[in-house]
Amino acid sequence: MYDTGKIIFGIVIFVLFATFPFYSNIGKVSAKPEPKLDTPVIQQLAEKKCVESKEFMKVEHMQLLNEWRDSAIREGRRVYINSEGKEFKISLQNTCMNCHSNKKEFCDKCHNYAAVKPYCWTCHIEPKEKQL
Amino acid sequence: MKILFPFFAVILLVLLAVVGVKGANLHFLFGVVVPYAAVFTFIIGVIYRVLKWAKSPVPFSIATTCGQQKTLPWIKQNKLENPSSTLHVIGRMALEVLLFRSLFRNIKGELKDSSRLIYGSDKWLWLAGIAFHYSFLIVLLRHIRLFAEPTPSYLHLLETFDGFLQIGAPRLFMTGVILLAAVTFLFLRRLYIPQVRYISLSADYFPLFLIIGIATTGILMRYFLKTDIVGVKELTMGLVSLSPVIPKGVGAIFYVHLFLVSILFAYFPFSKLMHMGGVFLSPTRNLTGNSREYRRINPWNYPVKVHTYEEYEEEFRDKMKMAEIPVEKE
Repeated sequence: MYDTGKIIFGIVIFVLFATFPFYSNIGKVSAKPEPKLDTPVIQQLAEKKCVESKEFMKVEHMQLLNEWRDSAIREGRRVYINSEGKEFKISLQNTCMNCHSNKKEFCDKCHNYAAVKPYCWTCHIEPKEKQL
Repeated sequence: MKILFPFFAVILLVLLAVVGVKGANLHFLFGVVVPYAAVFTFIIGVIYRVLKWAKSPVPFSIATTCGQQKTLPWIKQNKLENPSSTLHVIGRMALEVLLFRSLFRNIKGELKDSSRLIYGSDKWLWLAGIAFHYSFLIVLLRHIRLFAEPTPSYLHLLETFDGFLQIGAPRLFMTGVILLAAVTFLFLRRLYIPQVRYISLSADYFPLFLIIGIATTGILMRYFLKTDIVGVKELTMGLVSLSPVIPKGVGAIFYVHLFLVSILFAYFPFSKLMHMGGVFLSPTRNLTGNSREYRRINPWNYPVKVHTYEEYEEEFRDKMKMAEIPVEKE
C-alpha cells in the first residue's frame, strides 16, 4: 500500500462520518412521546373529539392550521365546517388551545421528538402554563 | 435499452417494496434487515475500494496542469494550477472538492456556419452539479433529526434557513426542490446532448433514476401522502441503537423511500458514485507538479544493467584516441 498514513486518515474520517448515528446514540434511551390529553376542558367534554378525526388530525393538523390561518387572517372567514357538518370558530387560541391548554405536554411532546419548530408562536402569544 | 433497463429496475424496486410491505407484511425485512445489510455493504465496500486503489502504484507525476510550473525565480508560478508543495495541493484539492473547479472549466464546442468550430464557456453542468451535491448534503444533514434525540440545535438553524420561505405546512424545504430539479436537469442533459447520450451507459442512468425516486418519495411523504413521523423516528432510533422496532401505522411510502435509500447505499461501492472517495485519490489532481524537480522511480523496475560514459571511455580510450575522438580523461 502507498501513502498508508494518508489513506488510513481518510478511512478513519469516512468511518467516523458514516457511523455517526450509531456511536452518538450509545447509552442513550429515547422513549416514544405520549402527548397528554388530560386537560380540565377535555375531561369535561361529553364527546372527546377534536374538530376532525384523530387519524386526520395526527397527519394533517399542520395543513389544517395553515388553512385556518389563511381563512381567518387573509380572507376574514372565521367559521370552519368539519366533515360531519359541525361548525367551529377558527381560532388557534380560543378553539385549539381552549381544549389543548397543555402546550408543553401536548404540542411540544411530538414536535420536540421530531425536531419540528412550528412558527405559530412568532405571532401568537404562547400560553402561560401553571407550573406543576 | 440503456435508459429503459435502469428505469424499469427502479420501478421494480419500488413495486418490490410496496408488495413486500403491503402484500406480504415483510416490515421487518424492509425496515430492519435490508437497511442494516445496506449500511454494512456501504462501509465495508467503500473501505475495500479505497484500499484497493491505495495498492496501485503511481510511478509518475501525472498531474494535469494548465498553469506555469515552478521554475526560475523571475517566472511567476501558478500555484493552484501547478502546485509544487503540499500546501498548494491542498488548496487545489479544496477548490476541486468543494467548488468543482474542473467542471467550472467545462467548455462546449459548436460548429458555426457549418465550418467554423467555436469553443465557449458552458457552466450549466457545473451549476447543476454543485446545486445537486450541496442540496443532497443538506437533505442528508436534515435527516440527522431522525437519528439523534434530542436533536442538536444546529439542525434547527439549518431547517430555519432551508424553510425560510415559509410556504405551506409542513414548511417547504428549498433543498428538496433544488435537488429534484438539478438531478432532473442532469438526466435530461444526458438525453439531450447527442455526444453525452452516446457515451451514457445503464450505470449512468441507474443512479439518476434511483436518486429521482428517492427525492420523489421523500417529497411525497413530507407534503402529500404523509406518514407518521413519530413512528418513523421510533424505527430509525431503534435501528441506530441496535434494538430495532417496527412501529405500527407507518405507511408503505416510507418503506419505499427507505428501500430505495438502502439500494443506493448498497450500490454505492460498486458504482461511479465512488467518486466521493475517488476524487481524493485522483493522481491527476492530488500530485504535485514537480516532475522536473524530483525523479520518480518506477517501483516495479528491475535493476537495469547500465554502461555509463565513464565506463565506455575506459573501455575504448585507446581506440578513441587512435580515431582522434576527443576524450575526457587522458
